[in-house]
Amino acid sequence: MIPRHLEIAMAVLLSAVLMLSFYVSRMRARVKATAAVVDNRPVAPPPAGPTEQAALYIAYDDPGVLHAESAAIRLPSGRQERAQELVEALLARYLDKNSPHILPAQADVREVFMVDPGLVVIDLNSALADGHRSGILVETLTIASFSQTLATNLPGISRVKFLVDGKSRETLAGHADLSGDYQIQAIATLSQQLQSSP
Amino acid sequence: MRRTVRLHPSLAFALSLLSFALFVLGDASEPKLISVYSPIANYSLSLARRGSHDYVGLLEILEPLGTVSSRVEAQNWRLRFNSIEGMFPNGAARVRIHGREIDLSAPFLLEGGRGLVPVDSLGTVLPVFLAFPVVFHASGLRLFIREEGTSYTTQLESGTPARLILNFSSPVNPRIATEPGKLRMTFTRDPIIASGPPLVSFNNATISAASFVETNGAAEITITSAVPLLASFGNDGRRITIAPAPSATLPAPSANRNSAAAPQSPPPLSAPPSSPGATTGSPAAAPNRIFVAIDPSHGGAETGATFSPTLVEKDVTLAWARQLRRECEARLLRTMLVRDQDIDLQNDQRAVMVNVARPAIYISLHAASEGKGAHVYTALLSLSTPEQGLFLAWDHAQVQSLASSQAAAAAITAELGKNIPARAVVAALRPLGNIVVPAVALEVAPRNGDLADLADADYQRQVASSVVAALAALRGKLEAAQ
Ligand SMILES: [Zn+2]
Repeated sequence: MIPRHLEIAMAVLLSAVLMLSFYVSRMRARVKATAAVVDNRPVAPPPAGPTEQAALYIAYDDPGVLHAESAAIRLPSGRQERAQELVEALLARYLDKNSPHILPAQADVREVFMVDPGLVVIDLNSALADGHRSGILVETLTIASFSQTLATNLPGISRVKFLVDGKSRETLAGHADLSGDYQIQAIATLSQQLQSSP
Repeated sequence: MRRTVRLHPSLAFALSLLSFALFVLGDASEPKLISVYSPIANYSLSLARRGSHDYVGLLEILEPLGTVSSRVEAQNWRLRFNSIEGMFPNGAARVRIHGREIDLSAPFLLEGGRGLVPVDSLGTVLPVFLAFPVVFHASGLRLFIREEGTSYTTQLESGTPARLILNFSSPVNPRIATEPGKLRMTFTRDPIIASGPPLVSFNNATISAASFVETNGAAEITITSAVPLLASFGNDGRRITIAPAPSATLPAPSANRNSAAAPQSPPPLSAPPSSPGATTGSPAAAPNRIFVAIDPSHGGAETGATFSPTLVEKDVTLAWARQLRRECEARLLRTMLVRDQDIDLQNDQRAVMVNVARPAIYISLHAASEGKGAHVYTALLSLSTPEQGLFLAWDHAQVQSLASSQAAAAAITAELGKNIPARAVVAALRPLGNIVVPAVALEVAPRNGDLADLADADYQRQVASSVVAALAALRGKLEAAQ
């Protein structure tokens, strides 16, 4: 006869395993879908939605500025999906062979979560953070590019928080502080300063 | 599972305030102090008498010098300093540090989680943690860690009136007190050492002798004279001139507006011109000069950016910091270097050192290969953090000085911009937000993409002299803040 508390523990563990495997399979599907979107875009826009004009804030290492550029990208109706599309459009740009702001080859954004009210969480993968070049300017350009692009295209965002592999981290690559949230007004000030040439 | 205890700096500060208050309330006699002199910081700690020995907290001695943590396991105290670990059994005179057995002069004591070692064993314990020798002046309780000391010479000019000139190898800031027939200078923060005999006699009727003693964590130079004396500072704090006070030579000054030369007897005659209100025994400040804290970022295992297999950011920032110090001192600005060697320093440690020293401005130096010229950063403070009690205030320590920081950044950017591309930007960069005084970070990149620029002495000099020119222009504002 198995004691009752062991039965309960078994049940809890089993459901945890089931939930985890469901989560992992979802994540796998997501990653595949993401890769497909990035790869297919130059050939034909995916049929899921019409394209729209979005303002992307692109970092240029030379001479160290942020430029607002208009790009036609597929923007689904859900806020979270739109955020994901915007981030992927930026990534595609930075991973391109003519990248104006080089990110490491395996750089990716694992997930963008919208947490109400007004907080957007950008979960970078460790390849992006660990392989990121170290410096106040280069790190700040990455932060400003992602944050300002989301803030401009998704009304109602008040704060941006960066995670790396799902965890909070001290700095991006030794300089830009990732320990707290970035207030969107501060990001706006920063982006404006970075748009002026040195 | 390993548990590390680290005091948050603001908590540590509160605790030291509390212990100070308890001390003041509990005991009116003079505390016994040990002073530590190192290129990173000069500081004093009080001693605890246990039995027939004086003890000191080992963690407190090491804390300003690197990354230190401690934990208690049963009756053992474990201390980690950077990568060196020590094991101290409570009540034992034999301890183990970095795999070596060390014998103390008296048993190690564990009191309320605090590890106390006999002060006369510091000379054997510290070199194992620090990996280099230390010099301990036991009778005066002064510990020199990679610090050669500030030496001085005395020179008597036997004119009328006679003057005694003391020239120091670095700027000094003693406390000056007088009593009949004597003027005493006490150096607690300055690592003054005697380079000649401790007592020098002069064949002079007015000023007869100068003596040097070390006692209770300080050095004292005492001048013996027949008349009341006045001390004045010169040569950027490196020279102290001691001469009979005007009241001692002039017939009968009824009232001197500058009370530095008060005519009463016994006369309080010690204040330099910049502190006219000073009286006997009160601290006398060095002439009012802008005090600049220069922080070469990164260091030790934390190298910062890697520019080439032989060039890393931590070395570039140190070279630039030393250049900036030279330029500051050439323009009569007082400086402190947050680090002057290749050591690990956490952002919290840097901030505590600077906040305790209270400079007029803090300049953090970084180097980069991207971008062109210089970026001057001020703290991006709206970086919000969840409520964490003490931590919130710590992260927003810069608030009160932000406007001055931005004014300083604008002035430095304008001055740099005369020669190289320069821009003022905000950045979420520690420890800027934790600094209470005006604070900027300067990230310098090559002028035209050539990495060799980062190690170029001419470029360093040019940038440093622009920064100093801007500081000189800001003088009024910074002095007001100071
Ligand atoms: Zn740096």
